[in-house]
Amino acid sequence: MSAISELSSMSRRTGPATAEEKRANRRDNKAAYIFLLPWLIGLVAITVGPMIMSLYLSFTDYNLLQPPEWVGLDNFTRMLGDARLHNSLRVTFTYVLVGVPLQLAVALLIALVLDKGLRGLPFYRSIFYLPSLLGGSVAVAILWKQIFGTSGLVNQVLAMFGITGPGWISDPSTSLGSIILLHVWTFGSPMIIFLAGLRQIPNMYYEAAEVDGASTLQKFWRITLPMLSPIIFFNLVLQIIGSFQSFTQAFIVSGGNGGPSDSTMFFTLYLYQKGFGQFDMGYASAMAWFLLVIIGAFTAINFIASKYWVFYDD
Amino acid sequence: MTELQTLPATEKQPPSGGKTRANSPQGGGRKRESRGSLAFSRNARIKALAKHAVLIITGGIMIYPLLWMVVSSLRPNDMIFREPGLWLNSLEMGNYTDGWSALTHPFGHYMLNSAVVVIGSILGNLISCSMAAYAFARLQFSGKKLFFGVMLLTIMLPFHVIIVPQYILFSQIGWVNTFWPLIVPKLLATDAFFVFLMVQFIRGIPKELDEAARIDGAGHPRIFLRVILPLMVPALATTTIFTFIWTWNDFFGALIYLTDPEMFTVPVALRAFVDSQSATSWGSLFAMSIVSLLPVFLVFLFGQRFLIKGIATTGIK
Repeated sequence: MSAISELSSMSRRTGPATAEEKRANRRDNKAAYIFLLPWLIGLVAITVGPMIMSLYLSFTDYNLLQPPEWVGLDNFTRMLGDARLHNSLRVTFTYVLVGVPLQLAVALLIALVLDKGLRGLPFYRSIFYLPSLLGGSVAVAILWKQIFGTSGLVNQVLAMFGITGPGWISDPSTSLGSIILLHVWTFGSPMIIFLAGLRQIPNMYYEAAEVDGASTLQKFWRITLPMLSPIIFFNLVLQIIGSFQSFTQAFIVSGGNGGPSDSTMFFTLYLYQKGFGQFDMGYASAMAWFLLVIIGAFTAINFIASKYWVFYDD
Repeated sequence: MTELQTLPATEKQPPSGGKTRANSPQGGGRKRESRGSLAFSRNARIKALAKHAVLIITGGIMIYPLLWMVVSSLRPNDMIFREPGLWLNSLEMGNYTDGWSALTHPFGHYMLNSAVVVIGSILGNLISCSMAAYAFARLQFSGKKLFFGVMLLTIMLPFHVIIVPQYILFSQIGWVNTFWPLIVPKLLATDAFFVFLMVQFIRGIPKELDEAARIDGAGHPRIFLRVILPLMVPALATTTIFTFIWTWNDFFGALIYLTDPEMFTVPVALRAFVDSQSATSWGSLFAMSIVSLLPVFLVFLFGQRFLIKGIATTGIK
């Protein structure tokens, strides 16, 4: 996608011959494992070990005080009948399925407007990028809590036009929307990835299309979109994985309870409440593995679907 | 660009020239003249103007809440719920002094705690990720493909799948309410994103440099320290900046591991502030929120170049 990855593929192409590589093979093993040692320890102790442990715990009843007690599939059958969990899934799916496409659409739109070499591009880019650095912070969540409050900034502005806005955050029908807006607000980082991608599209395609008398819209549908599809796909996969794990914003905006009436009870928030509020560690582990399966399934679907719409130039 | 070379020299455009033609009347004019249409140039200028309008309005709406928060923090408390504008009649620093001492410790105490975690995390990431990246990018070893694949997979692994056992592990060794659970994972290269970023970068460094050092008798530690590390400073800078911002903002980890106010980092301190405040102290809450955002903003100002490059090459959020 960049000079760096181009260079890297070049260096791989001009790299040493396979025979030489094989000779190097034996020589490097010891050095390699020494260099990898911190990472390997982390992989075993911090990542894979705890993963296996949490899989085990998901079949147990465990509250941190007594030793874990094997309960078989109990936690999973409990999940089937847990209405609050079903609601949290609905909330999370809404957040992901509305928030991610919306955010990417805005990111693409602004990237397109910015791309054709407008004066002041670095300035605009900074302005649009800043929110995505701040968006994950508690401070911005606090700001959001105020501006979408009953007498917050949004309603103050609406009042100037004689409109009485609802209490966006205290009303269950708009509270999730306010948090989705916060997600859309952070469109800056996918926008920068789009900008980098747009720059990779060879100008000659557009020139050829202009010669053929193609309209702006035709150029967008026939050139920009297909050429950009790998990047859209990349953004989509990353944003979906990330959005399923959103936590801070909903936690702060709702004061930690996912309210009003569970309308912002994200799956991760419910998991936190179960695990670290009620110390129902077995159930929390089962939920965590369920989340992993959901994210894995979404990513797999994304990859399968990509065969039908992602276009690779080479 | 090969097509363009057949055109007369005056109409040849450098790669970036094509991008500025919209609002550079001279260049635009020349290009259009060859098509014999002056109206087109005016059109292009109107188009550029419309684009600026769209961008200024969108950007303005996006930034407005942040500006308003800054202004509001300098206003008397009751105005926060009455004044949507950005006009300041007087500077009230009261919110800042109130907010600074509103919790059990002065706010600086939490910033210091955050600074300790941030510095530890940065050092951890720089050391452990660069070592792993060197192995993945430059060394041949058995299991490389498998490990590299596993490393890429861990980038996407949800934190929640490991947090419960990790919590149990760290609480059993008595690390709850210490900074170790937040720093030690970074010392063990669990932020695999940075390993990937550095692998990408090292692959771009010409191998001839390693070979030359090897002929001079340098071993891998020496090549790594003397050849690769100095050349990968940009990747290290990107890692430093992102680690800074993410660690400074990290809420979930701190929420779970730090329950003693003595050990609070900035995000959990702010959360405690939200919970404790009666509805009247929004001004000081805003003030401390701004104080908490200030370091991130400064890093953004001075490190933007690395941030944007880092995102564009690896797609970090």
